[in-house]
Amino acid sequence: MMQYVTEMFSYPFMVRALVVGILLSLCAALLGVSLVLKRYSMIGDGLSHVGFGALAVASALNLAPLTVAIPVVILASFVLLRLNESGKMKGDAATAVFSTGALAVGVMVVSMSTGMNSDLNSYLFGSILAMSKEDVAISVVLAAAVLVLYVFFYNKLFAVTFDETFARATGVRTGLYNSLLAVLTAIVVVLGMRMMGALLISSLIVFPALTSMRLFQSYRSVIFSSVVLAVVSFVVGMSISFWYGTPAGASIVVVDMIFFCVSSLAAWVKER
Amino acid sequence: MSCIKCEHVTFSYENQVVVSDLSFQVQAGDYLCIIGENGTGKSTLMKGLLGLKKPAAGVITLGEGIRQNEVGYVPQQTENQKDFPASVWEVVLSGCLNSRGILPGFGAKEKRLAEEKLKLLGIYDLKNKSFRDLSGGQRQRALLARSLCAAKKLILLDEPTTGLDPLATEEFYHLLLELNKKHQITVIMVSHAIQEALEHADHILYLSQESHFFGTTENFMDSEAGRKFLGRMEE
Ligand SMILES: Nc1ncnc2c1ncn2[C@@H]1O[C@H](COP(=O)(O)OP(=O)(O)OP(=O)(O)O)[C@@H](O)[C@H]1O
Ligand SMILES: [Mg+2]
Repeated sequence: MMQYVTEMFSYPFMVRALVVGILLSLCAALLGVSLVLKRYSMIGDGLSHVGFGALAVASALNLAPLTVAIPVVILASFVLLRLNESGKMKGDAATAVFSTGALAVGVMVVSMSTGMNSDLNSYLFGSILAMSKEDVAISVVLAAAVLVLYVFFYNKLFAVTFDETFARATGVRTGLYNSLLAVLTAIVVVLGMRMMGALLISSLIVFPALTSMRLFQSYRSVIFSSVVLAVVSFVVGMSISFWYGTPAGASIVVVDMIFFCVSSLAAWVKER
Repeated sequence: MSCIKCEHVTFSYENQVVVSDLSFQVQAGDYLCIIGENGTGKSTLMKGLLGLKKPAAGVITLGEGIRQNEVGYVPQQTENQKDFPASVWEVVLSGCLNSRGILPGFGAKEKRLAEEKLKLLGIYDLKNKSFRDLSGGQRQRALLARSLCAAKKLILLDEPTTGLDPLATEEFYHLLLELNKKHQITVIMVSHAIQEALEHADHILYLSQESHFFGTTENFMDSEAGRKFLGRMEE
């Protein structure tokens, strides 16, 4: 056992992937609780497809992937949240349009520029080799920012999530906190999607929250449990991926799903 | 002492006028019920009073000593609260945000306030229960407690008893009456429960497409608008 663990840590790419992944899972879980409860579960998915399109275009044009993808995805995130608020176009419809549209553009660009296969595969399903030193630095900064902001604004975010109208009436600047949520989500999605894959990154956002919501009764305990679950599933999934050579994203999602099923079962048994 | 004053207020959505030229005044300690058919702008008016929607014309003035963020509000229950994992304590405490400003967390003062309101509404022993496990009536009490944490003198309620059974509705109205009479809290409520509204409220604001009525409950029952409205209700 110990020997396996040391082996895993002897590869620098694994250490990077673990550091980035643990920090991102943690952030995604925190944001995820609010997003799921605000009925924005699909936004992560929509954004990851937009991110895929942006990454494909960036690499075809030989631009730095993150500098293109992050602003594009932040913009998309704002548009999606705004559309949801104004009610002009139903949020889920807008998300569907964005995500399929961007996915199609991405696939077109990739197939025309590099001829498919390996690149496309790693964009869609992720690769643990994808994390650079730069990513580690960015995700440390991001995770620190998310944590500090989250703790500092915890009660306001709770109020905005629970009842936006009431929060606004009592002087909470809901627009500001929604924007904060949008920006942080966008960044988490872009950083995470290269490891998890565009198709699977949104699982980091929804699964821990959904699993915890079944098990715990108060908001605070749901938050704590989500964070713990997210980190545990990530580490377990990553180890499986390392030992069996399965794609990282899929392995993590499978672990997430097992937790979800177990917790659903537990909640069901408790109710009987 | 005037608590809220509306002068020639008009609300509209993208050029479609919903409420036009409405004037009324609520005194401290009043109990006002807003009634009217669906779509006559009752919820829109509530948003206006809460400062969430600007009137297209006219002015709304809050009385002395009431800040805009100190108006308590009990909303209609929204879909996403049905499975929201939060304890009653967390929900009620979130009403204290306006006294906290930019500071994070809650202090002893806020906690005392929340405890006091829970006791006042008789739900102190539900403190640690999950909001989603409460009955409809208990949930509305929790939301009322939250609004009392935010408000010192004035609370607005938008159809608070929709979906409650008759007994829970009765209890809720009783509670409101007690808050109004014993604790001198001004109550403004949108209601579809006409019977209870006429029984408890001392003032009625009746909104309709053609005209508005504002006055005491007795005057409303005698007025032409009131007789017509009540006649239609009985059919
Ligand atoms: N966000 C909005 N955008 C555009 N029109 C709106 C909006 N909200 C309400 N309206 C319109 O304004 C009118 C009044 O709506 P409002 O919700 O204030 O009515 P109400 O009196 O509360 O009705 P109900 O008794 O059904 O609750 C309706 O015709 C409605 O279609
Ligand atoms: Mg309404």
